[in-house]
Amino acid sequence: MSFNPTFNARGAFAIFKNELMRMFRTAFGSIASPVITTSLYLVVFGAAIGSRMELPGDVSYGSFIVPGLLMLTLLSESTSNASFGIYMPKFTGAIYELLSAPVGVAETLIGFVGAAAVKSMILAAIIMGTAALIIDYQVVHPILAFGYILLVSATFSLLGFIIGLWADGFEKLQIVPLLILMPLTFLGGTFYSIEMLPEPWRSVTLVNPVVYLVNGLRWTFLGQSDFPIWVSFGATLLFLLVCVAIIGWIFKTGWRLRE
Amino acid sequence: MTDTILDIRGLEKTYKSGVKALDGVDLTIRRGEIFALLGPNGAGKTTLIGSVCGMVRPTGGRIEVFGKDLAKHWKQVRRDIGLVPQELSFDMFDKVIRQVRFSRGMFGCEPDDARIEEVLRSLSLWDKRDAQIRALSGGMKRRVMIAKALAHDPQLLFLDEPTAGVDVELRRDMWRQIDALREKGTTIILTTHYIEEAEEMADRVGVISKGRILLVDEKDAIMAKLGRTEAHFTFDAPLPAIPASLGEYPLHLEQGGTCLVYRGGDGTGKGKREVAEIAQVMAREGIVFTGMETRESTLEDIFVDLLHEPEVTA
Repeated sequence: MSFNPTFNARGAFAIFKNELMRMFRTAFGSIASPVITTSLYLVVFGAAIGSRMELPGDVSYGSFIVPGLLMLTLLSESTSNASFGIYMPKFTGAIYELLSAPVGVAETLIGFVGAAAVKSMILAAIIMGTAALIIDYQVVHPILAFGYILLVSATFSLLGFIIGLWADGFEKLQIVPLLILMPLTFLGGTFYSIEMLPEPWRSVTLVNPVVYLVNGLRWTFLGQSDFPIWVSFGATLLFLLVCVAIIGWIFKTGWRLRE
Repeated sequence: MTDTILDIRGLEKTYKSGVKALDGVDLTIRRGEIFALLGPNGAGKTTLIGSVCGMVRPTGGRIEVFGKDLAKHWKQVRRDIGLVPQELSFDMFDKVIRQVRFSRGMFGCEPDDARIEEVLRSLSLWDKRDAQIRALSGGMKRRVMIAKALAHDPQLLFLDEPTAGVDVELRRDMWRQIDALREKGTTIILTTHYIEEAEEMADRVGVISKGRILLVDEKDAIMAKLGRTEAHFTFDAPLPAIPASLGEYPLHLEQGGTCLVYRGGDGTGKGKREVAEIAQVMAREGIVFTGMETRESTLEDIFVDLLHEPEVTA
Protein backbone atom coordinates (compact mmCIF):
# COMPACT_ATOMS: atom_id res chain seq x y z
CA MET A 1 0.00 0.00 0.00
CA SER A 2 1.69 3.20 -1.16
CA PHE A 3 1.97 6.08 1.26
CA ASN A 4 3.49 9.40 0.35
CA PRO A 5 4.88 11.00 3.52
CA THR A 6 5.42 14.33 1.75
CA PHE A 7 1.71 14.88 1.26
CA ASN A 8 -0.92 12.51 2.63
CA ALA A 9 -3.59 13.17 -0.01
CA ARG A 10 -5.92 10.46 1.33
CA GLY A 11 -5.63 11.96 4.79
CA ALA A 12 -6.51 15.44 3.52
CA PHE A 13 -9.46 14.06 1.57
CA ALA A 14 -10.67 12.05 4.58
CA ILE A 15 -10.74 15.19 6.74
CA PHE A 16 -12.36 17.21 3.95
CA LYS A 17 -15.07 14.61 3.39
CA ASN A 18 -15.67 14.11 7.10
CA GLU A 19 -16.09 17.85 7.62
CA LEU A 20 -18.48 18.21 4.69
CA MET A 21 -20.53 15.27 5.96
CA ARG A 22 -20.65 16.88 9.40
CA MET A 23 -21.88 20.13 7.89
CA PHE A 24 -24.51 18.39 5.80
CA ARG A 25 -25.72 16.52 8.89
CA THR A 26 -26.82 19.90 10.18
CA ALA A 27 -27.74 21.19 6.73
CA PHE A 28 -31.09 22.65 7.70
CA GLY A 29 -29.69 24.88 10.40
CA SER A 30 -26.47 25.76 8.67
CA ILE A 31 -27.89 26.43 5.19
CA ALA A 32 -31.52 27.38 5.75
CA SER A 33 -30.75 29.90 8.48
CA PRO A 34 -28.38 32.20 6.51
CA VAL A 35 -30.56 31.89 3.41
CA ILE A 36 -33.69 32.97 5.30
CA THR A 37 -31.81 35.80 7.04
CA THR A 38 -30.40 37.11 3.77
CA SER A 39 -33.78 36.86 2.10
CA LEU A 40 -35.32 38.92 4.89
CA TYR A 41 -32.61 41.56 4.47
CA LEU A 42 -33.32 41.67 0.74
CA VAL A 43 -37.04 41.98 1.25
CA VAL A 44 -36.84 44.62 3.98
CA PHE A 45 -33.89 46.68 2.77
CA GLY A 46 -33.98 45.93 -0.92
CA ALA A 47 -37.66 46.03 -1.64
CA ALA A 48 -39.23 48.09 1.17
CA ILE A 49 -36.64 50.68 2.25
CA GLY A 50 -34.51 50.55 -0.89
CA SER A 51 -36.92 52.57 -2.98
CA ARG A 52 -36.28 55.58 -0.72
CA MET A 53 -32.46 55.30 -0.93
CA GLU A 54 -30.46 57.43 -3.34
CA LEU A 55 -27.17 55.98 -4.54
CA PRO A 56 -24.40 57.50 -6.63
CA GLY A 57 -24.80 56.38 -10.25
CA ASP A 58 -27.82 54.57 -11.69
CA VAL A 59 -27.60 51.36 -9.65
CA SER A 60 -30.74 50.03 -8.00
CA TYR A 61 -30.51 49.64 -4.25
CA GLY A 62 -31.49 45.98 -4.42
CA SER A 63 -28.64 45.04 -6.73
CA PHE A 64 -26.32 47.29 -4.68
CA ILE A 65 -26.83 45.38 -1.43
CA VAL A 66 -26.65 41.84 -2.90
CA PRO A 67 -22.81 41.70 -2.83
CA GLY A 68 -22.83 43.32 0.64
CA LEU A 69 -25.26 40.73 2.01
CA LEU A 70 -23.30 37.99 0.30
CA MET A 71 -20.13 39.24 2.01
CA LEU A 72 -21.96 39.37 5.36
CA THR A 73 -22.86 35.69 5.01
CA LEU A 74 -19.47 34.66 3.62
CA LEU A 75 -17.56 36.26 6.48
CA SER A 76 -19.73 34.94 9.28
CA GLU A 77 -20.30 31.44 7.85
CA SER A 78 -16.70 30.83 6.75
CA THR A 79 -15.40 31.91 10.14
CA SER A 80 -18.02 30.00 12.14
CA ASN A 81 -17.78 26.77 10.15
CA ALA A 82 -14.01 26.54 10.24
CA SER A 83 -13.76 27.56 13.90
CA PHE A 84 -16.43 25.05 14.92
CA GLY A 85 -14.84 22.36 12.75
CA ILE A 86 -11.52 22.41 14.61
CA TYR A 87 -12.90 23.42 18.01
CA MET A 88 -15.26 20.45 18.34
CA PRO A 89 -12.52 17.78 18.14
CA LYS A 90 -10.61 19.83 20.72
CA PHE A 91 -13.69 19.96 22.93
CA THR A 92 -14.54 16.24 22.65
CA GLY A 93 -10.92 15.07 22.75
CA ALA A 94 -11.14 13.59 19.24
CA ILE A 95 -8.26 15.88 18.25
CA TYR A 96 -5.99 13.04 19.45
CA GLU A 97 -6.61 11.29 16.15
CA LEU A 98 -5.59 14.30 14.08
CA LEU A 99 -2.44 14.74 16.15
CA SER A 100 -1.48 11.08 16.01
CA ALA A 101 -2.22 10.67 12.29
CA PRO A 102 0.34 11.28 9.54
CA VAL A 103 -1.20 14.60 8.59
CA GLY A 104 0.60 17.94 8.73
CA VAL A 105 -0.43 21.53 8.31
CA ALA A 106 -1.13 21.22 4.56
CA GLU A 107 -3.44 18.20 4.90
CA THR A 108 -5.19 19.72 7.90
CA LEU A 109 -5.82 23.04 6.18
CA ILE A 110 -7.04 21.44 2.97
CA GLY A 111 -9.36 19.24 5.00
CA PHE A 112 -10.82 21.68 7.50
CA VAL A 113 -10.47 25.01 5.71
CA GLY A 114 -11.28 23.51 2.31
CA ALA A 115 -14.53 22.03 3.62
CA ALA A 116 -15.53 25.28 5.34
CA ALA A 117 -14.74 27.27 2.19
CA VAL A 118 -16.69 24.86 -0.02
CA LYS A 119 -19.68 25.15 2.26
CA SER A 120 -19.46 28.94 2.04
CA MET A 121 -19.33 28.70 -1.75
CA ILE A 122 -22.44 26.50 -1.76
CA LEU A 123 -24.17 28.99 0.52
CA ALA A 124 -23.13 31.86 -1.75
CA ALA A 125 -24.64 30.07 -4.74
CA ILE A 126 -27.89 29.43 -2.86
CA ILE A 127 -28.10 33.04 -1.67
CA MET A 128 -27.44 34.38 -5.14
CA GLY A 129 -30.16 32.10 -6.49
CA THR A 130 -32.56 33.22 -3.78
CA ALA A 131 -31.73 36.89 -4.39
CA ALA A 132 -32.44 36.45 -8.09
CA LEU A 133 -35.98 35.38 -7.18
CA ILE A 134 -36.55 38.53 -5.12
CA ILE A 135 -34.76 41.28 -7.01
CA ASP A 136 -33.29 41.92 -10.41
CA TYR A 137 -29.49 42.06 -10.40
CA GLN A 138 -26.56 41.28 -12.66
CA VAL A 139 -23.02 40.03 -12.21
CA VAL A 140 -20.82 42.06 -14.54
CA HIS A 141 -17.63 40.02 -13.98
CA PRO A 142 -18.84 36.47 -13.13
CA ILE A 143 -15.42 34.78 -13.27
CA LEU A 144 -13.83 37.42 -11.08
CA ALA A 145 -16.84 37.24 -8.76
CA PHE A 146 -16.35 33.49 -8.43
CA GLY A 147 -12.62 33.95 -7.81
CA TYR A 148 -13.20 36.66 -5.26
CA ILE A 149 -15.87 34.68 -3.38
CA LEU A 150 -13.46 31.73 -3.33
CA LEU A 151 -10.65 33.95 -2.03
CA VAL A 152 -12.79 35.48 0.71
CA SER A 153 -14.24 32.07 1.72
CA ALA A 154 -10.76 30.55 2.01
CA THR A 155 -9.32 33.56 3.85
CA PHE A 156 -12.05 33.75 6.47
CA SER A 157 -12.13 29.99 6.86
CA LEU A 158 -8.43 30.28 7.72
CA LEU A 159 -9.30 33.01 10.22
CA GLY A 160 -12.01 30.74 11.64
CA PHE A 161 -9.52 27.90 11.95
CA ILE A 162 -7.23 30.17 13.99
CA ILE A 163 -10.16 31.22 16.19
CA GLY A 164 -11.10 27.56 16.71
CA LEU A 165 -7.57 26.76 17.82
CA TRP A 166 -7.39 29.81 20.06
CA ALA A 167 -10.79 29.34 21.72
CA ASP A 168 -10.93 27.41 24.96
CA GLY A 169 -14.68 27.75 25.35
CA PHE A 170 -17.82 28.24 23.27
CA GLU A 171 -18.02 31.89 24.31
CA LYS A 172 -14.65 32.71 22.75
CA LEU A 173 -15.75 30.89 19.62
CA GLN A 174 -18.50 33.46 19.16
CA ILE A 175 -16.60 36.59 20.15
CA VAL A 176 -14.85 37.32 16.86
CA PRO A 177 -17.74 36.53 14.48
CA LEU A 178 -20.38 38.31 16.55
CA LEU A 179 -18.52 41.15 18.23
CA ILE A 180 -15.94 42.01 15.59
CA LEU A 181 -16.86 40.71 12.14
CA MET A 182 -20.58 41.40 12.27
CA PRO A 183 -20.27 45.09 13.34
CA LEU A 184 -17.40 45.68 10.92
CA THR A 185 -19.48 44.22 8.09
CA PHE A 186 -22.51 46.35 8.94
CA LEU A 187 -20.27 49.42 9.11
CA GLY A 188 -18.33 48.32 6.04
CA GLY A 189 -20.72 49.53 3.37
CA THR A 190 -23.00 46.51 3.20
CA PHE A 191 -26.09 48.69 3.02
CA TYR A 192 -24.61 52.00 1.84
CA SER A 193 -21.86 53.54 -0.22
CA ILE A 194 -19.18 55.25 1.81
CA GLU A 195 -19.61 58.16 -0.60
CA MET A 196 -22.86 58.78 1.26
CA LEU A 197 -21.06 59.34 4.58
CA PRO A 198 -20.09 62.82 5.82
CA GLU A 199 -16.60 63.53 7.14
CA PRO A 200 -15.06 62.52 9.54
CA TRP A 201 -17.02 59.21 9.34
CA ARG A 202 -15.99 58.63 5.77
CA SER A 203 -12.29 58.76 6.74
CA VAL A 204 -12.90 56.63 9.85
CA THR A 205 -14.59 54.00 7.69
CA LEU A 206 -11.46 53.68 5.59
CA VAL A 207 -9.67 51.88 8.46
CA ASN A 208 -12.35 49.19 8.46
CA PRO A 209 -10.86 46.31 6.43
CA VAL A 210 -14.29 44.91 5.59
CA VAL A 211 -15.01 48.04 3.51
CA TYR A 212 -12.45 46.84 0.98
CA LEU A 213 -13.89 43.32 0.95
CA VAL A 214 -17.45 44.52 0.35
CA ASN A 215 -16.33 46.93 -2.32
CA GLY A 216 -14.22 44.29 -4.00
CA LEU A 217 -17.19 41.97 -4.38
CA ARG A 218 -19.42 44.88 -5.35
CA TRP A 219 -17.03 45.75 -8.17
CA THR A 220 -17.27 42.21 -9.58
CA PHE A 221 -21.09 42.46 -9.47
CA LEU A 222 -21.64 46.08 -10.59
CA GLY A 223 -18.42 46.96 -12.37
CA GLN A 224 -18.04 49.95 -10.05
CA SER A 225 -17.11 50.51 -6.42
CA ASP A 226 -15.63 53.02 -3.99
CA PHE A 227 -12.06 51.71 -4.50
CA PRO A 228 -9.96 50.21 -7.28
CA ILE A 229 -10.43 46.41 -7.41
CA TRP A 230 -6.72 45.67 -7.03
CA VAL A 231 -6.78 47.20 -3.53
CA SER A 232 -9.48 44.75 -2.46
CA PHE A 233 -7.84 41.72 -4.08
CA GLY A 234 -4.41 42.68 -2.72
CA ALA A 235 -5.67 43.28 0.83
CA THR A 236 -7.59 39.97 0.91
CA LEU A 237 -4.65 38.03 -0.49
CA LEU A 238 -2.33 39.61 2.07
CA PHE A 239 -4.72 38.68 4.88
CA LEU A 240 -4.88 35.11 3.56
CA LEU A 241 -1.08 34.86 3.62
CA VAL A 242 -0.95 36.27 7.15
CA CYS A 243 -3.48 33.62 8.29
CA VAL A 244 -1.49 30.83 6.60
CA ALA A 245 1.69 32.08 8.30
CA ILE A 246 -0.03 32.12 11.71
CA ILE A 247 -1.36 28.59 11.23
CA GLY A 248 2.07 27.42 10.10
CA TRP A 249 3.52 28.86 13.30
CA ILE A 250 0.79 27.17 15.39
CA PHE A 251 1.60 23.77 13.89
CA LYS A 252 5.32 24.31 14.29
CA THR A 253 5.11 25.30 17.94
CA GLY A 254 2.08 23.19 18.86
CA TRP A 255 0.40 26.24 20.45
CA ARG A 256 -3.04 25.20 21.78
CA LEU A 257 -2.64 21.90 19.94
CA ARG A 258 0.05 19.84 21.62
CA GLU A 259 0.99 19.89 25.28
CA MET B 1 11.39 -12.18 16.85
CA THR B 2 13.28 -9.91 19.18
CA ASP B 3 14.20 -6.93 16.98
CA THR B 4 13.45 -3.51 18.40
CA ILE B 5 10.34 -1.71 17.21
CA LEU B 6 10.47 1.24 19.63
CA ASP B 7 13.52 2.67 21.32
CA ILE B 8 13.22 5.54 23.77
CA ARG B 9 16.32 7.17 25.24
CA GLY B 10 16.44 9.79 27.98
CA LEU B 11 12.90 11.00 27.30
CA GLU B 12 11.93 14.04 29.32
CA LYS B 13 8.82 16.12 29.54
CA THR B 14 8.35 19.11 31.78
CA TYR B 15 4.97 20.84 31.41
CA LYS B 16 4.62 24.61 31.49
CA SER B 17 3.25 24.30 35.01
CA GLY B 18 6.67 22.97 36.01
CA VAL B 19 5.47 19.40 36.53
CA LYS B 20 8.10 16.94 35.38
CA ALA B 21 6.03 14.14 33.88
CA LEU B 22 8.91 12.17 32.35
CA ASP B 23 12.33 12.15 33.91
CA GLY B 24 14.83 10.45 31.65
CA VAL B 25 12.83 7.44 30.46
CA ASP B 26 14.74 4.67 28.68
CA LEU B 27 12.61 1.93 27.18
CA THR B 28 12.99 -0.62 24.42
CA ILE B 29 10.03 -2.50 22.98
CA ARG B 30 10.51 -5.66 20.95
CA ARG B 31 8.62 -6.41 17.78
CA GLY B 32 5.62 -8.66 18.32
CA GLU B 33 5.44 -8.47 22.10
CA ILE B 34 2.75 -7.27 24.45
CA PHE B 35 4.26 -4.84 26.88
CA ALA B 36 2.33 -3.71 29.94
CA LEU B 37 3.21 -0.37 31.47
CA LEU B 38 2.07 -0.24 35.06
CA GLY B 39 1.96 2.82 37.20
CA PRO B 40 -0.25 4.83 39.54
CA ASN B 41 -2.17 7.91 38.42
CA GLY B 42 0.17 10.71 37.40
CA ALA B 43 3.10 8.34 36.90
CA GLY B 44 3.68 9.50 33.33
CA LYS B 45 2.09 6.64 31.38
CA THR B 46 -0.16 8.79 29.20
CA THR B 47 2.56 11.40 28.70
CA LEU B 48 4.89 8.66 27.50
CA ILE B 49 2.30 7.41 25.01
CA GLY B 50 1.49 10.96 23.97
CA SER B 51 5.16 11.64 23.26
CA VAL B 52 5.31 8.76 20.80
CA CYS B 53 1.89 9.40 19.27
CA GLY B 54 2.21 13.15 18.80
CA MET B 55 -0.03 14.71 21.43
CA VAL B 56 2.86 15.72 23.65
CA ARG B 57 6.05 17.53 22.71
CA PRO B 58 8.93 16.04 24.70
CA THR B 59 11.39 18.50 26.20
CA GLY B 60 14.32 16.12 25.91
CA GLY B 61 15.47 12.73 24.73
CA ARG B 62 15.07 10.73 21.56
CA ILE B 63 12.47 8.33 20.19
CA GLU B 64 13.13 5.83 17.41
CA VAL B 65 10.26 3.87 15.91
CA PHE B 66 10.85 1.14 13.31
CA GLY B 67 14.50 2.23 13.42
CA LYS B 68 13.67 5.80 12.37
CA ASP B 69 14.02 9.02 14.32
CA LEU B 70 10.47 10.06 15.17
CA ALA B 71 11.33 13.77 15.19
CA LYS B 72 12.55 13.61 11.58
CA HIS B 73 10.34 10.93 10.04
CA TRP B 74 7.17 11.45 12.09
CA LYS B 75 4.80 11.25 9.17
CA GLN B 76 6.14 8.02 7.76
CA VAL B 77 6.40 6.45 11.19
CA ARG B 78 2.94 7.44 12.41
CA ARG B 79 1.37 5.74 9.42
CA ASP B 80 2.04 2.45 11.25
CA ILE B 81 1.16 3.47 14.79
CA GLY B 82 -2.29 3.10 16.29
CA LEU B 83 -3.65 4.59 19.47
CA VAL B 84 -6.65 3.83 21.64
CA PRO B 85 -6.78 6.65 24.18
CA GLN B 86 -8.22 6.37 27.63
CA GLU B 87 -11.17 8.68 27.02
CA LEU B 88 -14.01 7.93 24.62
CA SER B 89 -13.29 10.66 22.09
CA PHE B 90 -15.07 10.81 18.77
CA ASP B 91 -17.89 12.48 16.90
CA MET B 92 -20.79 11.01 18.87
CA PHE B 93 -23.31 12.01 16.20
CA ASP B 94 -21.58 10.14 13.42
CA LYS B 95 -22.21 6.54 12.38
CA VAL B 96 -19.85 3.76 13.41
CA ILE B 97 -18.78 2.71 9.92
CA ARG B 98 -18.18 6.28 8.77
CA GLN B 99 -15.92 7.02 11.73
CA VAL B 100 -13.90 3.86 11.09
CA ARG B 101 -13.58 4.70 7.39
CA PHE B 102 -12.54 8.23 8.34
CA SER B 103 -9.75 6.92 10.57
CA ARG B 104 -8.47 4.63 7.83
CA GLY B 105 -8.42 7.46 5.33
CA MET B 106 -6.70 9.89 7.68
CA PHE B 107 -3.82 7.46 8.07
CA GLY B 108 -3.33 7.47 4.31
CA CYS B 109 -4.87 4.08 3.49
CA GLU B 110 -6.89 3.48 0.38
CA PRO B 111 -10.58 2.75 0.96
CA ASP B 112 -11.16 -0.94 1.63
CA ASP B 113 -14.68 -1.86 2.69
CA ALA B 114 -13.74 -5.54 3.02
CA ARG B 115 -11.09 -4.65 5.60
CA ILE B 116 -13.47 -2.31 7.43
CA GLU B 117 -16.03 -5.11 7.58
CA GLU B 118 -13.38 -7.49 8.90
CA VAL B 119 -12.39 -5.07 11.67
CA LEU B 120 -16.00 -4.37 12.63
CA ARG B 121 -16.91 -8.05 12.64
CA SER B 122 -13.88 -8.92 14.78
CA LEU B 123 -15.13 -6.46 17.38
CA SER B 124 -18.78 -7.54 17.09
CA LEU B 125 -19.67 -4.12 15.69
CA TRP B 126 -20.84 -5.11 12.24
CA ASP B 127 -24.50 -5.18 13.24
CA LYS B 128 -24.09 -1.69 14.71
CA ARG B 129 -22.26 -0.24 11.71
CA ASP B 130 -25.05 2.18 10.81
CA ALA B 131 -25.84 3.15 14.39
CA GLN B 132 -25.05 6.59 15.73
CA ILE B 133 -22.15 6.24 18.14
CA ARG B 134 -23.96 8.12 20.89
CA ALA B 135 -26.65 5.41 20.89
CA LEU B 136 -24.16 2.67 21.76
CA SER B 137 -23.38 1.33 25.22
CA GLY B 138 -20.12 2.31 26.92
CA GLY B 139 -18.52 -1.01 26.06
CA MET B 140 -19.53 -0.73 22.42
CA LYS B 141 -18.17 2.80 22.25
CA ARG B 142 -14.85 1.51 23.50
CA ARG B 143 -14.89 -1.11 20.76
CA VAL B 144 -15.44 1.68 18.24
CA MET B 145 -12.30 3.35 19.58
CA ILE B 146 -10.39 0.12 19.02
CA ALA B 147 -11.89 -0.33 15.54
CA LYS B 148 -10.76 3.20 14.63
CA ALA B 149 -7.25 2.43 15.83
CA LEU B 150 -7.12 -0.85 13.90
CA ALA B 151 -8.61 0.49 10.68
CA HIS B 152 -5.20 1.32 9.22
CA ASP B 153 -3.56 -1.95 10.32
CA PRO B 154 -0.89 -0.50 12.61
CA GLN B 155 2.25 -2.47 13.39
CA LEU B 156 2.53 -0.80 16.79
CA LEU B 157 -0.59 -0.29 18.86
CA PHE B 158 -0.90 1.74 22.04
CA LEU B 159 -3.78 0.94 24.35
CA ASP B 160 -4.13 3.49 27.12
CA GLU B 161 -6.16 1.83 29.86
CA PRO B 162 -8.16 -0.18 27.31
CA THR B 163 -10.47 -1.82 29.80
CA ALA B 164 -10.92 1.05 32.26
CA GLY B 165 -14.52 1.20 33.35
CA VAL B 166 -15.72 -1.85 31.41
CA ASP B 167 -17.35 -4.87 33.00
CA VAL B 168 -15.53 -8.14 33.58
CA GLU B 169 -17.09 -9.91 30.62
CA LEU B 170 -16.15 -7.19 28.18
CA ARG B 171 -12.68 -6.96 29.68
CA ARG B 172 -12.09 -10.65 28.98
CA ASP B 173 -13.48 -10.13 25.50
CA MET B 174 -10.97 -7.30 24.99
CA TRP B 175 -8.17 -9.56 26.17
CA ARG B 176 -9.17 -12.06 23.51
CA GLN B 177 -9.05 -9.28 20.93
CA ILE B 178 -5.61 -8.24 22.08
CA ASP B 179 -4.45 -11.82 21.94
CA ALA B 180 -5.75 -12.13 18.38
CA LEU B 181 -3.77 -9.01 17.43
CA ARG B 182 -0.63 -10.49 18.92
CA GLU B 183 -1.21 -13.61 16.81
CA LYS B 184 -1.21 -11.37 13.75
CA GLY B 185 2.13 -9.90 14.78
CA THR B 186 0.98 -6.52 16.09
CA THR B 187 3.19 -5.11 18.81
CA ILE B 188 1.07 -3.85 21.69
CA ILE B 189 1.90 -1.47 24.48
CA LEU B 190 -0.81 -1.20 27.05
CA THR B 191 -1.08 0.84 30.18
CA THR B 192 -3.29 -0.47 32.88
CA HIS B 193 -4.32 -0.18 36.47
CA TYR B 194 -5.46 -3.79 36.43
CA ILE B 195 -2.49 -5.90 37.42
CA GLU B 196 -4.58 -8.93 36.47
CA GLU B 197 -4.55 -7.59 32.94
CA ALA B 198 -0.77 -7.39 32.85
CA GLU B 199 -0.46 -10.86 34.36
CA GLU B 200 -2.92 -12.27 31.86
CA MET B 201 -1.69 -10.53 28.73
CA ALA B 202 1.82 -9.20 28.91
CA ASP B 203 5.07 -10.77 27.82
CA ARG B 204 7.01 -8.06 29.60
CA VAL B 205 6.11 -5.56 32.24
CA GLY B 206 7.45 -2.10 32.99
CA VAL B 207 6.71 -0.19 36.14
CA ILE B 208 6.71 3.61 35.96
CA SER B 209 6.42 6.04 38.83
CA LYS B 210 7.03 9.78 39.02
CA GLY B 211 8.19 9.84 35.41
CA ARG B 212 10.87 7.20 35.90
CA ILE B 213 10.91 3.58 34.83
CA LEU B 214 11.52 1.57 37.97
CA LEU B 215 11.65 -1.86 36.45
CA VAL B 216 11.39 -3.58 33.09
CA ASP B 217 11.56 -7.31 32.74
CA GLU B 218 9.87 -10.47 31.49
CA LYS B 219 6.72 -11.00 33.49
CA ASP B 220 7.85 -14.46 34.60
CA ALA B 221 11.32 -13.17 35.49
CA ILE B 222 9.78 -10.46 37.67
CA MET B 223 7.75 -13.08 39.46
CA ALA B 224 10.87 -15.21 39.89
CA LYS B 225 12.97 -12.32 41.17
CA LEU B 226 10.44 -10.59 43.34
CA GLY B 227 7.72 -13.15 43.91
CA ARG B 228 7.11 -14.41 47.45
CA THR B 229 5.22 -17.21 49.15
CA GLU B 230 3.39 -16.44 52.34
CA ALA B 231 2.08 -19.18 54.67
CA HIS B 232 0.19 -18.94 57.95
CA PHE B 233 0.09 -21.90 60.38
CA THR B 234 -2.39 -21.44 63.22
CA PHE B 235 -2.36 -23.15 66.63
CA ASP B 236 -4.92 -23.53 69.39
CA ALA B 237 -2.20 -23.25 72.05
CA PRO B 238 0.41 -20.56 71.50
CA LEU B 239 3.98 -21.61 70.73
CA PRO B 240 6.48 -20.16 73.21
CA ALA B 241 9.15 -19.88 70.48
CA ILE B 242 9.98 -21.03 66.98
CA PRO B 243 11.05 -24.69 67.22
CA ALA B 244 14.81 -25.11 66.79
CA SER B 245 14.27 -27.62 63.99
CA LEU B 246 12.70 -24.84 61.91
CA GLY B 247 15.46 -22.35 62.56
CA GLU B 248 16.73 -22.36 58.97
CA TYR B 249 13.42 -21.06 57.52
CA PRO B 250 12.27 -17.40 57.33
CA LEU B 251 9.64 -17.70 60.06
CA HIS B 252 8.24 -15.50 62.76
CA LEU B 253 5.44 -15.71 65.30
CA GLU B 254 2.41 -13.44 65.31
CA GLN B 255 -0.79 -13.05 67.38
CA GLY B 256 0.84 -14.02 70.67
CA GLY B 257 2.37 -17.18 69.28
CA THR B 258 -0.85 -18.64 67.83
CA CYS B 259 0.23 -17.94 64.23
CA LEU B 260 3.50 -18.99 62.63
CA VAL B 261 4.17 -16.96 59.51
CA TYR B 262 6.45 -17.94 56.65
CA ARG B 263 7.54 -15.34 54.08
CA GLY B 264 10.03 -16.56 51.54
CA GLY B 265 10.59 -18.19 48.20
CA ASP B 266 11.59 -16.54 44.97
CA GLY B 267 8.76 -17.25 42.59
CA THR B 268 10.37 -20.46 41.30
CA GLY B 269 8.47 -22.83 43.58
CA LYS B 270 11.04 -22.76 46.37
CA GLY B 271 8.52 -21.16 48.72
CA LYS B 272 5.95 -23.92 48.25
CA ARG B 273 8.61 -26.58 48.81
CA GLU B 274 9.76 -24.95 52.04
CA VAL B 275 6.20 -24.61 53.33
CA ALA B 276 5.68 -28.35 52.69
CA GLU B 277 8.94 -29.13 54.51
CA ILE B 278 7.88 -26.99 57.49
CA ALA B 279 4.57 -28.85 57.66
CA GLN B 280 6.34 -32.21 57.56
CA VAL B 281 8.82 -31.20 60.31
CA MET B 282 6.00 -30.06 62.61
CA ALA B 283 4.04 -33.27 61.98
CA ARG B 284 7.14 -35.34 62.74
CA GLU B 285 7.75 -33.47 65.99
CA GLY B 286 4.13 -33.65 67.09
CA ILE B 287 3.51 -29.91 66.84
CA VAL B 288 -0.20 -29.77 66.09
CA PHE B 289 -1.40 -26.90 63.90
CA THR B 290 -5.12 -26.42 63.36
CA GLY B 291 -5.01 -24.46 60.14
CA MET B 292 -2.73 -23.65 57.22
CA GLU B 293 -3.13 -20.95 54.61
CA THR B 294 -0.70 -20.20 51.78
CA ARG B 295 -0.67 -17.62 49.04
CA GLU B 296 1.70 -16.64 46.28
CA SER B 297 2.40 -12.97 45.86
CA THR B 298 0.82 -11.43 42.79
CA LEU B 299 2.22 -8.91 40.39
CA GLU B 300 0.15 -6.44 42.35
CA ASP B 301 2.11 -7.15 45.53
CA ILE B 302 5.33 -6.66 43.61
CA PHE B 303 3.97 -3.49 42.05
CA VAL B 304 2.98 -2.06 45.42
CA ASP B 305 6.35 -3.02 46.90
CA LEU B 306 8.17 -1.32 44.05
CA LEU B 307 6.21 1.88 44.46
CA HIS B 308 7.10 1.95 48.13
CA GLU B 309 10.73 1.18 47.42
CA PRO B 310 11.66 3.48 44.56
CA GLU B 311 15.34 2.68 45.01
CA VAL B 312 14.69 -0.73 43.40
CA THR B 313 15.61 -0.12 39.79
CA ALA B 314 16.02 -2.26 36.73
